[in-house]
Formats: sequence, C-alpha cells, structure tokens
Amino acid sequence: MKRRDFFKSAAVVGLASVVKTSVFGSALSTSSKNPAVTSEPDLVAVMGGEPEVMLLRALKELGGIKNFVKKGQKVVIKPNIGWDRAPELAANTNPELIGALVKQCKLAGASEIIVFDHTCHDWKKSYKNSGIEDAVTAAGGKMVPGNDGSYYRDVEIPNGVKMKSNKIHQAILDCDVWFNVPVLKHHGGAKNSISMKNLMGIVWDRKTFHLNDLHQCIADIATHSKKPALNIVDAYRIMKSNGPQGKSEADVVMLKSLIVSPDFVAADTAALKLFSQVQPTDINDVRHIGLAEKSHVGTMNLEKLNVKRIKLN
Amino acid sequence: MKHLRKIRIVLSFLFFLPILLLFIDYTGKLPTQFHALLHIQWIPALLSLNLIVIIVLLVLSLLFGRLYCSIICPLGTFQDVLSWKTRIFRKKRKYRYTFTKPQNWIRYSILALTIVVFIFGSSFLVILFDPYSTFGRIISQLFKPLVIYTNNGLSFLLSKAGIYSLYEVKQLSFIPLTFGIALLFFYKVTEMSWNNGRSYCNVICPVGTGLGLLSKISLFRIKFDESSCNQCGSCAASCKSQCIDSKQMKVDDSRCVTCFNCIGACKKGGISYEYRFKKQAVSKSTDSTVNNGRRTFLLTSGAIVATAALAKPKKIISNNDSIYSRQPIMPPGAGNLEHFNAHCTGCQLCVSKCPMQVLKPAGLQYGISGITQPHLIFSTEVFCTYNCNICTTVCPTSALKKLTIPEKKVAQIGIADFRKEKCIVFTEEKDCGACSEHCPTQAVHMIPYKDGLTIPEVTKDLCIGCGACESICPAKPTVAIYVEGVRNQVKAKKPAEAKKFEKKIDSFGF
Repeated sequence: MKRRDFFKSAAVVGLASVVKTSVFGSALSTSSKNPAVTSEPDLVAVMGGEPEVMLLRALKELGGIKNFVKKGQKVVIKPNIGWDRAPELAANTNPELIGALVKQCKLAGASEIIVFDHTCHDWKKSYKNSGIEDAVTAAGGKMVPGNDGSYYRDVEIPNGVKMKSNKIHQAILDCDVWFNVPVLKHHGGAKNSISMKNLMGIVWDRKTFHLNDLHQCIADIATHSKKPALNIVDAYRIMKSNGPQGKSEADVVMLKSLIVSPDFVAADTAALKLFSQVQPTDINDVRHIGLAEKSHVGTMNLEKLNVKRIKLN
Repeated sequence: MKHLRKIRIVLSFLFFLPILLLFIDYTGKLPTQFHALLHIQWIPALLSLNLIVIIVLLVLSLLFGRLYCSIICPLGTFQDVLSWKTRIFRKKRKYRYTFTKPQNWIRYSILALTIVVFIFGSSFLVILFDPYSTFGRIISQLFKPLVIYTNNGLSFLLSKAGIYSLYEVKQLSFIPLTFGIALLFFYKVTEMSWNNGRSYCNVICPVGTGLGLLSKISLFRIKFDESSCNQCGSCAASCKSQCIDSKQMKVDDSRCVTCFNCIGACKKGGISYEYRFKKQAVSKSTDSTVNNGRRTFLLTSGAIVATAALAKPKKIISNNDSIYSRQPIMPPGAGNLEHFNAHCTGCQLCVSKCPMQVLKPAGLQYGISGITQPHLIFSTEVFCTYNCNICTTVCPTSALKKLTIPEKKVAQIGIADFRKEKCIVFTEEKDCGACSEHCPTQAVHMIPYKDGLTIPEVTKDLCIGCGACESICPAKPTVAIYVEGVRNQVKAKKPAEAKKFEKKIDSFGF
C-alpha cells in the first residue's frame, strides 16, 4: 500500500500537464526501485493518460521493463497492424504505444527490436498508414515483413484441442522475449479481438482457424510454448462496432486505458469487461476466452489475481 | 549532322529506361509520374482520343519522319538493344545490313486488317500488335518474374540470417495464354531484330507501317548527296531498317526509322538528313518480286483471326470455381464492359503495378477480343485493396478512368453473393465471420443465427466487389461467398455510420 499512497500524494502534488506526466513517470520509476516489493501485480489497468504515460506507469508497477528485457536480448513486439487504416480508426494498435514500448526496450539494452504482423490488408500500406512503421523506426526498432510463408516455421501445438500444428513467424521463434500488443476491438467473427485473437497475426495459416472452429483454434494457439512476456492491451481508442476494420470514427470510443498482464485469459477477461461498458458483450459468446481457461492458459477469475487499477488524472 | 545519331540514342534511352523500370518496379517506390511517357505512345493516345498527343505525334511524324519508332516506342529501343547485343555473338563487324525489298503486301495487310477489325468492334488485333503493349507483355510476363525470383531468393536467404532489408514479393501469376503471346512475340521480335534490324517494325508492326505512310511525305528525310557519294555502301550496311539502296542511291522513306546510323557511317558526307523539297524528290521504290508463301500464310491466318475476332463473345464461363459461372470482374474505373474491352490494349501495366496481384491477364474470359486484358481473380489473401487506386492512375489508354481514392472506395466492380448452404456457420455450426471481418464496407455483416452464433448477410448496394470476403472464405471445396462481376460499374452506396457512443466511461468495469 505504500506505493499506492505515494502515487496518490505525488498525483496531488504534481501533474502540471499531461505531457509532463511522462517525465514524471520516469522520475518515479527510479525512485521506486524498492527491493522490498516482492510480488508484482498479475494485472495492471491504467486509465486516463496518453499511451506512453500509461505504458510507463504500468511497466513500473510490474517492476520496470528491465524485469522483462535484459541487456543484449532480441525483442519482438507484435501489435495489431492488420488493416490499412489510420490510427484514429482504432483498427490497429496505437502507434504511440508501440513507439514508446520500442523506446523502453531500447533503454533496457535490447540488441534488436523487431515489429511485425501478418496483416490482412496490403502489408506495406498497413505498416505505413497505421503510423506504426514510422513510430517504430523513429524509436530505433525494425519493421519486418510477415507477408510470405517463407518467414514462418512449422510448430507443434501439443496442447491444442483442434489445432495441433501451424506455422509461426521465425522472428517470434528466434527471439528472447516478445510482447503481444493488441488493440481492444469489436470483431464480427470472433466477437472480440483482444490479446489471444491477436495471435492470429503470428501464424501463417489462418484459414485453418476459420475452418476448424475459430474460437477453439484461437485458444489452441494461446497454448503454444513461446508465450509473450506481457500482453499489453491498447484501449486508448477502442472500436466498439463494425470490427475488426470499422467503418468510420463513429465506431471508435476514447477510453484512454491500458490493460497489461502476462496472463492471456486475465487480460482478455478484464479488457472485455472494460469493453462491455460501451458495448455489452457476454463473455460466454467470446468463447475462446473460456476455452483457453479450460486449456489452462490462464484464469478468468480476476478476484483471484492481484489486480492493480490506476487512474491517472 | 554526325551527332544526330548520338542524340537519338540518348533520347531513346530517356524513354526506354523509365518505361522499363515502370514495368519492373515491384517496390512501389518508383514515381508513377513516369507513366506520362506511356500517354505519348501512339496506340494509347489514339484509343484515349488524346487529341493533343495525337496532333503532336502527327506533326512530329510529318516533320521528321518516324522518330516515334526510333525514340519513343519502347519496343523499338528494345530491338535496338537486342540487335546491338548480337554483336557479342557475331564477328566484330560493326555494319552488317544489306538492302532488302519492302514487304508491302504483308505490312499493309496487317495495318488494314487491324483497322478493319477494330472498326468492326474488336480490339483483338490492336491488342496483339500494339508495339508498346507487346513490350509491356514481354517485360511483365517474361522478364519481371525473373527479377522477382531473384529478389525472393535473396530475401529468403537474408531473412534466415535475420536480415530483412529485402522482402518477399508476390510472383506474377502464370496465365498460359498471355505468357504464350508474350513468348511468341518475344521470339518473333528477337529473331527478326537479330538478323534484320528493324524488320519487325517494317513488316509486322501496324504502327510502324502507318507512320511509314506519313514519313513518305515528311518534311525532313534521309537523302543522298549524289555528288559526294561514292557508293561505298557503308550507309546501307549500317541501316537497321535495310531501306537504303546505295547502288541506286535511294532511301525507302516509308521504312526509314530516322535512326541516323547512316549519317554516322558515311565518311564522305554523301548522305544527310534534309528538307525534302530542297531538291527533286526521290521516287519511292516498289517491289517486283513477291513472296507468295508468306502472303498466303498471312492471308489465311488473317482471315481466321478476323473471323474469330468478329465472332460475338460467348457467355463467359470462368475459372477456378467450376460450379459458378461468372461474369469477369473488370478493374475499377473500367466503366462498362464495351468501353473497357474496346480501349484496353492488354499492356499489363496495371497488372504489374497491382500491389495485391489480384489483377491478372484474362485468357478467354472476355472473349477472344479481350485476350490479355486484366480482370480480378481472388485467392487466399489476394483481393482488391480498399485504399488503393493505382491501376486507375497508370492506365495509358483510358480503358480505366482515373479514380480518386474516395471514388474508388465506392466503385462497384462486382457484387458478393452468399451461399448459406456452403457456409461454415451453417455446415459446422461454428463461428467464422472471416468474410465480414474482411469486408471494408460492412456490406457483408454478421446477423444473429442461433445459439449465439452469427451468420453473414450481404447488403448488395453497399458491396463494391473487392473480393476480400471471397479471398478469405474457408469453406471447401467451393467458397460460400463469391463475387460476380458487373457489366456496368456503378457507384455503391456509402455505408451508414454506426451510432456514436457519447457517454463517458470512467471505471474499468472490473
């Protein structure tokens, strides 16, 4: 509780402007390096800041980026860059968030930071128009193509129920650590697209998902052994309807939120609850969440977890 | 006078290289403004009734002769490169041509047939013989795939080493008929230019023949100075059109492509490029001997081709889905089928430039008059990008009208048709929605089905026919949603926007 009190007082004292918060956040992260803190939260939810501010805050709660990225490691960041859409339409992960994460990995001493997605639209247009390519390149990361089967290697999914194998991008297979950074969206097929649905962008053969029970296959891919260090769910802007592409900005709602957890199921459960306040959605309809819990990917029971809720203002 | 040849060579490469790159470039980095060079090609200008260009080209020809053939036409320069390259394989002899008689009968028949067939409503021969489009097909069908193979091979090796500076590019699809036509013409052009310089331009090419008629009366032409000429024959040996008869001191103006090689070759100043009416005109040469075998061949094949071309295209039956017969899907901006078929020369530029490789040259889908004209074929992850209008911006012949991105986004090139009984949701009773997920206009949207499942529904007047739904539909062996082409492209309705969410959310909800 000490830390929470500290933040509260800090919030009262400071925060002249939103821009300043990022400076403020990083200043805090050095001061709060407290070896006495033993257990990091299982899930952190932040609300009310700019993407970078919320990311820094969430990471700090989780012990800082250095908890996840060690010096010299190869890092992969997997946003949702599925669509040739501008950031305002929330069809893709927020570029500022991705840029900020690349920056953090760089600061932690990563030797290489790769960002890719197996896009649905023309990959070059999607990379460019999502704003992610520019943000990543500016922050010192590297965009890598995912448009061809030759980049993907066969993998076994022994714990899969319907899907026992597929091909995963070599960047994921060869990296030391990776981050799954989806955007929170409505989805016509899967009902919702959050962190597990985002995994469809690390595999090559997606048709097999649709052919063999989409939800079960999404849960199956989440059982693959190479798990992300964190799922960082971007809910700065969410797409409440007409997902996953959206038609216009009328589909977009500003929630200025971020949900971070190493647990796929917990992250998706929490994100769906946040989403449901805008567009009521029965979690049982988003079947892959329950199916993944059944396959011991994670837990839907947020009560059991150490959940940290932070409101920035 | 001697530098005319050098100027011609430099200018011809200023046209040739950008056009070559335009077809080869697969990175999309090349400025598409280069395609302006295509608008000043004869056939594209004629088909799009680009009056300014037509007048400029006409005046150019009437003033200076066939500069189009020696400078502007990429197939012309292509032949020059080929015949220049043959030097590697032959004895070091710089000049090697001899005067030949013109093949008047053949060349005028081809010209006349092409015009007649076109007037009767089939652009079959225009497509086949337009030199620019022939060049486009040769490059895009025969050379570009090699470039892409090389790129992909290198990119594969580099990516295994963790280097991603190159990337895999979709290979152009192999359409046997188009490939065959490209190969045939490549063979013919190569064979003819290998041995006889520009004989393709003077025997086969109807544009060359047509311009030959103009260059007979052009203001400037190549001319002997009978007082300086010692009939050494250097000029004739350097003439790639083989139209200089040094014994008679005559030049066949109709075949001269104004390359100025002869002027460079002459040491005596015995041949020059001059004002036609300065002295008495040289009478044109006529041939007396005829090659009957070739004539018969051309006559028969011409007749066959003309009959075939004039025959009404039958009900078009298509490609991969044998159970669905469908209208071919024209690229956006095509307007209507008749206009498109009459104006497209099958040059393959839009096909080469299509980032998704969804445009492919047609076999017989448009009928025989539409051979090699582009149509859309959808396959896994291959569909028409919503936010892309590149094909409409590069078309030099007005077969595709230029559309802005907002116009393209409502250009209905086809309409999706949903077959419920094939749909995964119906057959397997499992969620899918891949089609709706990929639909950019939500013409395909999910409606409640049963037990919390949703099933697709199509609002036809929202559909633009991009094929995203068809490309991703997992149903086997035939897809459950597919796009039927339209004969008349109309504007699709703009999708209605969702209701805005206005409330403020300030709790997490968990």
